[in-house]
Amino acid sequence: MSATAWCWLVLLFPLLGSIVVALGFKALPTKAAGAIGTASIALSFACGVAALVSLLGDSPDARHHASSLWDYASVAGLDIKLGILTDQLSVFMVLVVTGVSTLIHLYSFGYMRSDEGYHRFFSYLNFFVFSMLLLVLAGNFVLLTVGWAFVGFASYALISFWYRRETATRAGMKAFVINVVGDIGLVLAALLIFRELGSFDYGTVFAKAPQVFHTNQWTVTAICLLLLVGAFAKSAQLPLHTWLPDAMEGPTPVSSLIHAATMVTAGVYLIARTHALFVLAPTAADVAAFVGLATLLVAATIALVMTDLKRAIAYSTMSQIGYMVVGVSIGAYGAGMFHLMTHAFFKALLFMAAGSIIAAMANEQNIDRMSGFGRAMRFTSITMLCGGLALAAFPLTSGFFSKDEILAYAGARGGMYLIFVVLGYFGAFLTAIYTFRLIFRVLQGEPGPEAQELIETGHVHHAHPFNPATGEEEDTDVGFPGPEHHIAESSTPMRVAMGVLAFLALVGGLVQVPGVDNVVANWLDPVFADSPLAAIHPSTEWSWIGLGIGAAISLAGIWVAHYLYVANPEAPRRLEARLSGLHTFLFNKWYFDEAIDFLVVRPAQAIGRFANRVFEPFVVDGLVTGTEETVRGTSGVVRAVQNGFVRSYALLLIAGFAGLALYFLISSS
Amino acid sequence: MEAVVFFLAAIGALGGAIGVISMRNPFYSVLALIVHLFSLAALFLLLTSAFVAAAQVVVYAGAVMVLYVFVVAYVGGGGESAWEPIPGQRLLAPLLAIALFTELSIAVLGSALKALETHGPEVGSGFGNPAAIGRLLLEKFLLPFEASSILLLLAAVGAIVLAARREPALGAEVGSSKHSSEAPAERFEDPTSAPPHARSVSP
Amino acid sequence: MNISWYIVLSSLLFATGVLGILIRRSPLVILLCLELMLNAGNLALVAFSRMVGNGQGQVFAVIVMVIAACEVVVGLGLIVAIFRRKLPLNVDDLRELRG
Repeated sequence: MSATAWCWLVLLFPLLGSIVVALGFKALPTKAAGAIGTASIALSFACGVAALVSLLGDSPDARHHASSLWDYASVAGLDIKLGILTDQLSVFMVLVVTGVSTLIHLYSFGYMRSDEGYHRFFSYLNFFVFSMLLLVLAGNFVLLTVGWAFVGFASYALISFWYRRETATRAGMKAFVINVVGDIGLVLAALLIFRELGSFDYGTVFAKAPQVFHTNQWTVTAICLLLLVGAFAKSAQLPLHTWLPDAMEGPTPVSSLIHAATMVTAGVYLIARTHALFVLAPTAADVAAFVGLATLLVAATIALVMTDLKRAIAYSTMSQIGYMVVGVSIGAYGAGMFHLMTHAFFKALLFMAAGSIIAAMANEQNIDRMSGFGRAMRFTSITMLCGGLALAAFPLTSGFFSKDEILAYAGARGGMYLIFVVLGYFGAFLTAIYTFRLIFRVLQGEPGPEAQELIETGHVHHAHPFNPATGEEEDTDVGFPGPEHHIAESSTPMRVAMGVLAFLALVGGLVQVPGVDNVVANWLDPVFADSPLAAIHPSTEWSWIGLGIGAAISLAGIWVAHYLYVANPEAPRRLEARLSGLHTFLFNKWYFDEAIDFLVVRPAQAIGRFANRVFEPFVVDGLVTGTEETVRGTSGVVRAVQNGFVRSYALLLIAGFAGLALYFLISSS
Repeated sequence: MEAVVFFLAAIGALGGAIGVISMRNPFYSVLALIVHLFSLAALFLLLTSAFVAAAQVVVYAGAVMVLYVFVVAYVGGGGESAWEPIPGQRLLAPLLAIALFTELSIAVLGSALKALETHGPEVGSGFGNPAAIGRLLLEKFLLPFEASSILLLLAAVGAIVLAARREPALGAEVGSSKHSSEAPAERFEDPTSAPPHARSVSP
Repeated sequence: MNISWYIVLSSLLFATGVLGILIRRSPLVILLCLELMLNAGNLALVAFSRMVGNGQGQVFAVIVMVIAACEVVVGLGLIVAIFRRKLPLNVDDLRELRG
């Protein structure tokens, strides 16, 4: 079968899985629903592999095929097809998405077992995977927007999964609204592209763009900036990032899949896919790179003081995506996508481990209350350590090679881009510190009460159900988390998933060792061959020097974390007391939420109040009531004619006759 | 000579007309109309329409006016109150009447019909005779003739039905005036306002 | 005397009848004014018949007289019926037939 046929199957299986589980939620037993959900994604992964094999059969330059199911709209210059594009980039994304999704589904099989909404969860999750695959496989901007919007909806549905929790529903709404802002940018960009280039289809657009636009023409810059609005909203970059920490209200597998590995990388994919346009608008590309850099640093600083385990990992995600955005904006396409892949591995793993620990804490998420799980939960702590090492770019882990490759490229580009190198390494330093802050806080030290209970009795600590964000009491009925908490040690599917990811997190970087092999970049090169930036390569020596600097920084960061959180436990408190202003600023997330509330939310509410109190009663009601009054007045006047007096009717009659006679007299003279 | 008769008859007609519309007592109005009708008969004679003049006197002034006299005697003549309920009627009515007259006069006097300036053609002695009228009625205008006879029959029957005494109503009339005044009023109201329960049924 | 004199007189009588209908309130007098108008029409008809020279106008006038007679009969019957039911014989008070 051709590669495109395999790709259609890739799309089909998750959709089928979602529908089957949704329709059969009363009939299917719990295990079956989970199995169907997981199997559909696994089949999708298999089809992705088959597509890869099929593409390998083509020569490297001919590995892009477009295929269309039917014409969606073919009228008046509009030609939109339901078409997918199968090329190296999309197959790469398909493999990453389906591969990590399969493992996360496997994890959820065990983790969500006692939840009342188990079927709903798998249906939504499958639907999400379908939408994400639609997004990456889309062959034109219209289908891209469709996938984009579906992904936004799936994210909303899954964030508010425990829908009776008010914090969860509010977080879902916040995520959705900010995503809609991004959608507006994307749609406007697509419309501008259509206006300038006359087509939505990727092939046509990217081929025509260099002929129609000249460098930095304002239209192509506007298009790229609008695309960036969409990308930043989806990938949680400044300033549209405030939804990501709140999105941690969703169940841990959701955070792991959507908000670490796949959905938030959609923005990176978008920039990579439309690189032909960004090449023509270097200003926009630079804007993207600097925003990515800013996000990288801001998120890293916030993660240093976060006390909620999942939110800290969320800020870490934001920071790492900043790296990816920098990568694809400055031209390190292969490196950026490679980092996307490795990040998917270790971030998903970190979230899984966090889920296991939170389960052991009976839903408590504050790291100040956790300690000593290293002894209580061996498997979880080992996998968490693997993920942490990869995140901190410990030498020879996957994160080590991918992160430093981006920075090496920036160095090779030189000039202004050296600032990326310097600040990127600083960000890596901070990354190492906050990662190991989490690991030392949670795993090291004397076992806390929950860990103690686990060691002694082997049972997970049980507490009254409560909302970890607000502390209020809840129950475990529909719309709330289930009564049981599942940790990795007691659930085989969870262990399998985490084990595979731990292995990949450690060795996944070996596919792209500088000077030795270049698997990912070689595979993706033909896609980016039309970009002049792709020709820049850092030399192997410089790459190894960069790797050396990265290793040193990573080890330094781990040592600092060890000093602060293991050797000198008083040090953090003293630092906090001395830099209390800075600490408050960071703890309040740089006051972004408050700023957005002041700049956007309040004016919107004021407009709403104005409409309600002034516009509605006076203008709208005035128009309506005014019309009514006018009609009533006129009809009142007319009604007076019918007074019942025969003589007045006779008068009218004679008057009419006299008038008529006058008219005829005049007209005949 | 002819002019004198014309003017005398015209003054009679006009006087009678003004008398009709201005007399308080309806009986005097009827008498004024009789004067008017006789003057009109004189005018018809001037126009050599003998039969029509005779018919006017015999039928109109003779029969129809007698009918009027009977009814006025039965009904009685009362004056009318001076107050005018309809605003503007007293002002507009004379104005409109004058306007009407003016327009008609202009139409006639400014007409291109040259024959209006003449006396009319020379007619033989048989013009306007009963014989001539009779011939026309039975030859050319047979259908209107027969139709008008049916109309007369209808009118007679209708008038009898309208004015007939209703036997059951006699008891209501003979009773107290208050009782009888509300019953006819109720019956009078029927065509215009349905009783409440019937109104709710209508769509 | 031209025919036009008769026509002008006829229109004057007609206008007088119109004025009477609009001014007077007793149904009897209104009927009388109607008679005025009909007779004015008759005068015009006979005058035109004389002008044209054949008797058709006169036949028309005779038919009009017949119709006037019928109308008077019915109208007076109505007035008698109204009087019998003790209603005020005043056109302004008899206005239940409002649209």
